[in-house]
Amino acid sequence: MKVLVAVKRVVDYNVKVRVKADNSGVDLANVKMSMNPFCEIAVEEAVRLKEKGVATEIVVVSIGPTTAQEQLRTALALGADRAILVESAEDLTSLAVAKLLKAVVDKEQPQLVILGKQAIDSDNNQTGQMLAALTGYGQGTFASKVEVAGDKVAVTREVDGGAQTVSLSLPAIVTTDLRLNEPRYASLPNIMKAKKKPLEVLTPDALGVSTASTNKTLKVEAPAARSAGIKVKSVAELVEKLKNEAKVI
Amino acid sequence: MTILVIAEHDGKALAPATLNTVAAAAKIGGDINVLVAGQGIGAVAEAAAKIAGVAKVLVADNSAYAHQLPENVAPLVAALVQVGGGAGYSHILAAATSNGKNILPRVAAQLDVDQISEIVSVISADTFTRPIYAGNAIATVQSTAPVKVITVRATGFDPVAAEGGSAAVEAVAAVHDAGTSSFVGEELAKSDRPELTAAKIVVSGGRGMQNGDNFKLLYTLADKLGAAVGASRAAVDAGFVPNDMQVGQTGKIVAPQLYIAVGISGAIQHLAGMKDSKVIVAINKDEEAPIFQVADYGLVADLFEAVPELERAI
Repeated sequence: MKVLVAVKRVVDYNVKVRVKADNSGVDLANVKMSMNPFCEIAVEEAVRLKEKGVATEIVVVSIGPTTAQEQLRTALALGADRAILVESAEDLTSLAVAKLLKAVVDKEQPQLVILGKQAIDSDNNQTGQMLAALTGYGQGTFASKVEVAGDKVAVTREVDGGAQTVSLSLPAIVTTDLRLNEPRYASLPNIMKAKKKPLEVLTPDALGVSTASTNKTLKVEAPAARSAGIKVKSVAELVEKLKNEAKVI
Repeated sequence: MTILVIAEHDGKALAPATLNTVAAAAKIGGDINVLVAGQGIGAVAEAAAKIAGVAKVLVADNSAYAHQLPENVAPLVAALVQVGGGAGYSHILAAATSNGKNILPRVAAQLDVDQISEIVSVISADTFTRPIYAGNAIATVQSTAPVKVITVRATGFDPVAAEGGSAAVEAVAAVHDAGTSSFVGEELAKSDRPELTAAKIVVSGGRGMQNGDNFKLLYTLADKLGAAVGASRAAVDAGFVPNDMQVGQTGKIVAPQLYIAVGISGAIQHLAGMKDSKVIVAINKDEEAPIFQVADYGLVADLFEAVPELERAI
């Protein structure tokens, strides 16, 4: 079974981002970039499926700038077999990314596509579901467990009240939640080997996909700052403040 | 303009998040219709008809919609929009719950429009604000789509009244069954306390609680306050409590009147889930903990002494 994994290059989750002075966006110049944490979990799951003998080939795909090759190389070092970069310098919406992924799915014909549940920059949580709609495949979002058996995949999903299990016909789309697995680190020999693995570069034009968007970001602002609080000295003072000053209990 | 709100429910009762979503729809302005999709959902449809400001309730009661599998519900919603050559609805709204997030992007892609996720305010009928980068920036987004597909962060909108409306109830006969997915089972966590996202007071514990047994301290305090109990990702990952209690960017977003953070350092991921709370109290023995930068009242103390004392004092 061929598994396709989508990864995104995003600002590192430890970075505290700053909004640009002209409110055009977030300042990403000279900021550390990494693979989106949910995408790391997606790569790990694919590698584990290969180790179990379920998956035979792992193709990792990223859509973004030339520099996203770094994240693809990381995925190759973690165990992916080959990589595809759909190069686009523009900031694409989830729908445009889903359309590009659909074109890659049509070309590669994977049985399972694994994505992260959301990217920590745009916080959209849309791409996996949109890809499922475009391909007509079943979707197992927010997965905490994935079990392939025959031509079906059972996905345990994290939902508001607890967990839910659904069974999907293959091919299917799965998006990962945090507790699906703990991603491994790439070893130095594997990082060296990853440099020799194939990496194909495509463009949206070559895939025949229009990336036009119906959404426009007008401005990006810093959130309203909370006014500085006070430190109380005792529990008695805390209770007094909550009762008489804040009036919340 | 007519707005379609997708009701959030568990098959038996209407979830409170629906009322916040209707409130967002009311701010956009126009007729509000509510879609209830599921199986055996008469009680939910009745509750939806009573919501203040709702003009019509559409009920799609069929086994294909049981458990609201997105493969079947999304085509239903898309078809409702496309009635009359796309003149059906100007906006489709759902709460940003696990169901709303699961279904709505699938609808948007079927309609070939971009979605706007987790709006926290309505500026005009086509312009909205939403947090990005774990709440560290607020984006103002305009949609030029013929149908605006939007999920609503419940804590951004005060709920409309659950009673007082008398909407007409209309059955939807169309059945969409993609046949690509089926429901196997579910395991729901049981709790007698108020629901985390709807509670007026939330008491949350972090890694500082040291183990799951110590959460009893918080349960006792919560019961006295009528509060819900939450947790940081650190507490969930350490196995102290189940993950549906997690407050944060990757868990639940809460904005109660009072949020009491106990033994929580205040990582960005956690703050994204609770920093819109009206009053934040932090109890932590590390006075350098980042949580104190957002707390209205901070108490530098050992939680194992402070929490029981707090419980006795109220």
